[in-house]
Formats: sequence, structure tokens, C-alpha cells
Amino acid sequence: MAETSLSKSRSGQAAARASGSRLTRLLNRSETLRGYLLMAPTLLIMGIGIVVPFLILLMISLWTRQGFGFDTTLTLVNYARAWSEPIYGALLARSFWISGVATVATVALCYPMAYYVAFHVHRNKMMWLILMTLPFWTSYLLRVFAWKVILGYEGVINSGLSAAGLIEQPLAFLLYSPTAVIITLAHAWAAFAILPLYVSLEKIDKSLLEAATDLGDGPVARFFRITLPLSMPGIIAASFLIFIPTTGDYITPALLGGPDGTMIGNLIQIQFGAVNNWPMGATLSIVLMLWIAALALVFLLITRKMQERIA
Amino acid sequence: MSTGSYIKRPNRALQVYAVLFLVVLYVPVLFIPLFSFNDAVHVRFPLQGFTMRWYSELWSRQALWNSLWNSVRVGLVVAVISTILGVLTARSITRYRLKGKGALVGFIMMPLVIPGIIFGVALLVLLSRMGVPLSLWTVGLGHLIICLPFAVATLLPRFEGFDPSIEEASADLGENGWWTFWRVTFPMALPGIVASLLLSFTISFDEFIMAFFLTGTDPTLPMYIWGQLRFPKEFPSVLAMASLILFVSFVLVFIAQWVGRMGLESQEKEGLQS
Repeated sequence: MAETSLSKSRSGQAAARASGSRLTRLLNRSETLRGYLLMAPTLLIMGIGIVVPFLILLMISLWTRQGFGFDTTLTLVNYARAWSEPIYGALLARSFWISGVATVATVALCYPMAYYVAFHVHRNKMMWLILMTLPFWTSYLLRVFAWKVILGYEGVINSGLSAAGLIEQPLAFLLYSPTAVIITLAHAWAAFAILPLYVSLEKIDKSLLEAATDLGDGPVARFFRITLPLSMPGIIAASFLIFIPTTGDYITPALLGGPDGTMIGNLIQIQFGAVNNWPMGATLSIVLMLWIAALALVFLLITRKMQERIA
Repeated sequence: MSTGSYIKRPNRALQVYAVLFLVVLYVPVLFIPLFSFNDAVHVRFPLQGFTMRWYSELWSRQALWNSLWNSVRVGLVVAVISTILGVLTARSITRYRLKGKGALVGFIMMPLVIPGIIFGVALLVLLSRMGVPLSLWTVGLGHLIICLPFAVATLLPRFEGFDPSIEEASADLGENGWWTFWRVTFPMALPGIVASLLLSFTISFDEFIMAFFLTGTDPTLPMYIWGQLRFPKEFPSVLAMASLILFVSFVLVFIAQWVGRMGLESQEKEGLQS
């Protein structure tokens, strides 16, 4: 009795070993399978964290709110509302406008800085890079808050100007306005412009610049014909890295925007909070994503056309 | 001046711009330590006088320390998991010929081109549908998704320049796959691994919008700061804590820089001797 069970378990083990070795053999034979297997945990997490949530988000966006629950009949009524009611379109347009201005301002302001470090700093480049990125180690929330202190009615700028006798009333347009949001975003995201710009400028072969000079280009022509086109990848990367996250930013408009500086992120949040209309919030998230994808595509096409023309 | 050195000619205007740029970059950040020594609950000018009160009171702010501890725990777990997954992914991308590699990499990098608020909302909807209670674990899952692309992006270049013959040599010398990994692959990828750990931790530590949607009853540090911004009761303590964190990270960055330079110099010396 004992013997048979022993032999049984032994044969079971052998079978397991055989199937195990078959698996090993299969893995040894198929390089591709091993590659996919190595990547599997990551893909699993991304599947759980991205694909499934998005499918559910899509589904909920087709539902409607009913009291505290949902009416689960599928309908496009939320999308129709998002399209027809002016508030949604207006907030979306304002978000893209604010982010767009902030992105252009950040890239334009950081470009000379990155250029300076790439071309004019010869010793301690690393120290300059660290100096430029250290401020971003502080909390994003507190950096945004610091701008509230600077731009506020009793803030640095207003008290400074009134102490100097330049103004009698504090400048009201500074805080709680789109301007405040743009200034703060440009400051908060500067590191995301400096680093890609610096990397693309640093890569430029200096002998190309010498060649351009030898062939008679002045500094301005040299910049527009060599440096700027070659640093285009950095400009594109920086623009994407800043524009996309800032369109959905919540903190900065919530703290500094006031009623005129509210953005789509705040509207989405309200749907999941105070308004408690989850289906509408899901719809707005999806609309925002589609718009970003469309804008990104247009931006890529335009820059590619421009590069072709230059080249 | 020779014609060849025009690129090296110092540009006065750019130098002035660079200094101004750094000033504008630093002034808002330096308000945080400045007001942490200010003797008033409300943060506004004029300054009320110097005090160390907020720092001495810091020890009794249990809620603040709890939220800091929560953020550190989430950050550490997220950093370790995203780096491990990043190593596996970077390795499989560079080592094996995979079909649809481009699409897979694009998929992993997706969180870089979608605003965080959408991920937060989508995960919130999923978790509430599944009846999963919100906790630090759900925050961690959210952070993991946004940290993974950064981990993979930092690790990929480390693995791309990897010479497979070194691993083959190790196998020829009788090491099995596991020991080859620990004794050959891991040390060569170490700088990338350290960078990925640091980057993931930093992102998770400061992340707000995911935590905003996914936090249960235990707030992370940014969530706690958010609460204090709206209803300031202990706000100067937050400033004191933030100043301490700022100071510690400054010191860490400079130590890392200094150690790195020492390593370089000693390598150069060894190079000269040999």
C-alpha cells in the first residue's frame, strides 16, 4: 500500500519533471518566447493599470447618472452634451490655450539657458545642470503655493510696487487669472524643457558651425540654418513633455486660476467629487485624451513638414 | 583672437541671461525656507520676525510624520518594483528579437503622453467597480504605472550598449544563468538601476493627482500638504518639513556628485598607474 503510493508519487514527480523539462526545452528553443516571458510581468501590470481601466472608463462614459447610481443603458448622450454645451468646449479650449502659451513660453525661455550651458560653459557643466534642476526637488504643491505668495494682493510684487510708489491699488490681475497659471506652469515645468533642449544642443557637432562660418554664414544665419534645425528633436520632446501633462493639470488652476483660470482638469475632478456625475467625468476624460492625440498628431506633422523644408 | 575660437568667445548677454534665469528659478523655491522661520501662521509679507518655533513644534506633528512615512513607504515599494520590472523589460527588449517590439515599447511609454488625471480617474472607476477599498496600495499601483515608463527609459540605454559576448564568456567559464546575471549583467547595469530607483522614488514621493483620486484614509505627504493649503492649521510646520526635505536632498545630490567625482579621479589615477 505504502509502496504503491510512493511509486505513484514518484511517477507523478517524474511526470512533473518531464513536463517541466519540456517547458525548459521549449524555452531554450524559442528565444522569442523567453523575451516575451521576461516582459510579461510589466505587460500584466500595464494591462491591469491601463487597458482594463480604460475599457471600464469607456463603458461608464456611455452610461448616465441616475440619482446616486448609474443607468447602464448604453447611450451617447454624455458625448452629445460635451459637444453641444458651451461650458465644456470653452474649458477645453482654455486648457489648451493656457498649456500652449505656457509650453511656448517655457521652451523659449529655457532655450537660451540650455544653449548657454551647451556651448559657452566648458568647465563644470554638470554643476550647471544640477543647479538648474535642484529647485525641482521641492514639492510641486509648495512651488505652486510660492507663486501665490509672490503674485497675491499682499504678495511680493504688489507690496514691492506699492512700496516703490508705482501703484496705489494692488494689481488684481496677477493672482487668480490665466496669467498666474501660465507663469506658474512655466516655472514649475522648466526642468522638462532644459534637459531635452540641453541634450539635443550638446549633441550638435561643433565642426558644422565652423564649416558654416568658413562658408560665409554670420552668427544669425548660422543659428537658423544649423543650430535651430539640429536642436528640433529637443524642442519637440520638450513641447510634448510640458504640453500634455499641463493640459490636465489640476493643482495650479485650483490654487491660482480663480474662476477665469479654471481648466478641464478641475471640471473632471468636480464630476467625480461635488457634482458626483461619474459618467460625465469619464466622457470628459476621454474627450480630453482624443483632443490631445489629435493635437499631438497635427504638431508632429507640422514640425516634420518644417524640417523637410529646412533640409 | 583666432577665427577658430569664436564659438568659445564668452557671450556677455547670454551670461547675464543665465544668471537672471537662475535667480527667477530659485526665488520662489527659497520662499519656503524663508517663511519656515517667519513668526506668523499666515504666509504673507511683511515678515513678522525670526523664530525656530515651527521646527521645534515639528516633533509633535504626528499627522505630518505619518503622511511622510506613508509617502516614503509607497515611494520605496514603487521604486523597487518599477525598477525590477524595468530591468526585465529593458533586458527583453535589447536581448531578444521580438515581434511588435515597437508597439510594446510605445504601449509602455503611454503614460508619458496621457495626463495623470485621466489615469487617476480610470483607475478610480475600475477599483470602485471591483469593490477594492482605496488604500496606500491603490496609490502605489497608480504610481507604478506612471513610474514604469521612466524606469524603462532610464534602463534601456544601459542595456542597449551591452556586449552579449561578455555574458557568453561567463557562461563558457561555467557560471549558470543566475550567477551570470548577478556577477556580470547586474554590475554593468548598476548605474542605470540606481538612477531608475532614484527617479521612481522622486516621482512617487511628489506625485499628487493619482494620490488625490486613489488615497483612502492614509494621506501621502502631498495629500497632507494639500489639506494644509486649504485649511492652514499647521501650515508653517509643513514649510519647516519641506525645508528639511529640501536641505537633505541638496546634501544628497552634492554628496552623490562628490562621490562620483572621487570615483572618476581614482579611476584616472589607476589608469595612469597601470
